[in-house]
Order: sequence, then C-alpha cells, then structure tokens
Amino acid sequence: MIEFVRNVRLWFAPEQVRQEGSTPDYRFSLANERTFLAWLRTALALIGGGFAVDQFLPDLRWGWRVGLALALLAAGVLCSLRAVNHWIRCERAMRRGEDLPASRFPALLSIVVAVVAVAMVVVVLLGWAG
Amino acid sequence: MSGGTALPERDPGLQPERTRLAWRRTTLSGTVAAVLGVKTTLHGGPTAAGIVACALCCGLWLAFLLLAHIRIRSLTLAQTPAPLTARHAVLAALCPVATAVCAAALIV
Repeated sequence: MIEFVRNVRLWFAPEQVRQEGSTPDYRFSLANERTFLAWLRTALALIGGGFAVDQFLPDLRWGWRVGLALALLAAGVLCSLRAVNHWIRCERAMRRGEDLPASRFPALLSIVVAVVAVAMVVVVLLGWAG
Repeated sequence: MSGGTALPERDPGLQPERTRLAWRRTTLSGTVAAVLGVKTTLHGGPTAAGIVACALCCGLWLAFLLLAHIRIRSLTLAQTPAPLTARHAVLAALCPVATAVCAAALIV
C-alpha cells in the first residue's frame, strides 16, 4: 500500500522518474507504452460492457442489472488506474536496469471477468425461465 | 537511386508506427464506449442529469482524442521518439476513469 502511495506521487512528478538511472532504448519505452494502451483498451471494453449490460438486458431485475453494470464499471476503473501504475513501475525498472515488476493483476482480472460472465449466463437463463 | 540518404533511418521494427496505431485503437475503443453512453442516455427519455453526464462522456472522448493526437504528432516528428511523459499517461488513464464515473451516474 505504501509502495502504491509512493507510485501515485510519482505519477505527478515525471521529472523524478526521469532523474533516475539511464534512458532505456526508445523501443523498450514504446513497447511499455503500447502495453499501457492495451490495458486502457481493456478498461474501456469493461466500461462498454457495463453500458451494454444496462442496455441489452432490460428484462433483468433492477438490482441485478445495475449490480452487474457497476461491477464491470468498477473493474474498468481499477484496470485503468492499475495500467498507469504498472506503466510507471516498468518505466522506472527499465531506467534502473532492474527486472520488470511481476503482477498478479492479470490473473485477478481474468477471474473477476469469468465470475461476472458466469453470473450473467445464470441470471439471463433464470430470467428467461422465470 | 533510392535517395535514402535524405530520409531518416527507418526503424525496421516500425515501433513508432505500431505505437501510433495502438493510440488509434485505444481511441476507437473509447468511441465505442462513448457511443454506448449516448445510447444509454437517449434510451427511455433523456433527463437533464443524463444529458450532463452524456456531454461529459463526449468531452472526455474529445480529451482522449486530443491526447492521442499530441502523442502521435510527437512520435511522427521526432527522429528518435521521446518516451511518454508520466503526466500524459496519467491524463490518458483518467479519461476512462472519469467515463466510468459518468457511466455509473447514467445507469443508477
């Protein structure tokens, strides 16, 4: 948690990142940037999924529909915040010549998406049955 | 023959081009999210609060488009592209976050 707070402070002090270590090959920086953008796309897709649940499952009960939509939106928020945090950690690790940070976020996100997907299937089937 | 001396050395891995397309793809994803937001607003009669949230979504989309445009221009113009600045990255990441907040306001 403390590590995260320190990283958040780094978000707004780019010159601090720049001072550390040496500038890596620009291709590595660009690859890191593309990974960051891929995570932003994932976040935007989750947000779009939240809208879609609200729009395309109108027969669901209000609680389920809004709950699923909000879960997807929250996942989108987490995903984009984590994207920028991971980007800055990778950038710093590359400047210092350290190993890139390992992360359990991809595994967590895929489990959450799987749970939401199963919940949607169950809810839709039950909604049609009942 | 080819006149290659006048042209800048081209990165054989096409890294700046790939990064440029990644920004474009991300903008496109944002467009889909914004269009779904507009659809949600118009569905079942727009309310005043809904229109404000929808306008914010569209504004955020424009902001992301602008960020992507600035980044793409700096990628294209520079001989060796400068790395993304932290401020740019934070602003780019805050656009989806704020869109999600508007979406929550629209849905609830």
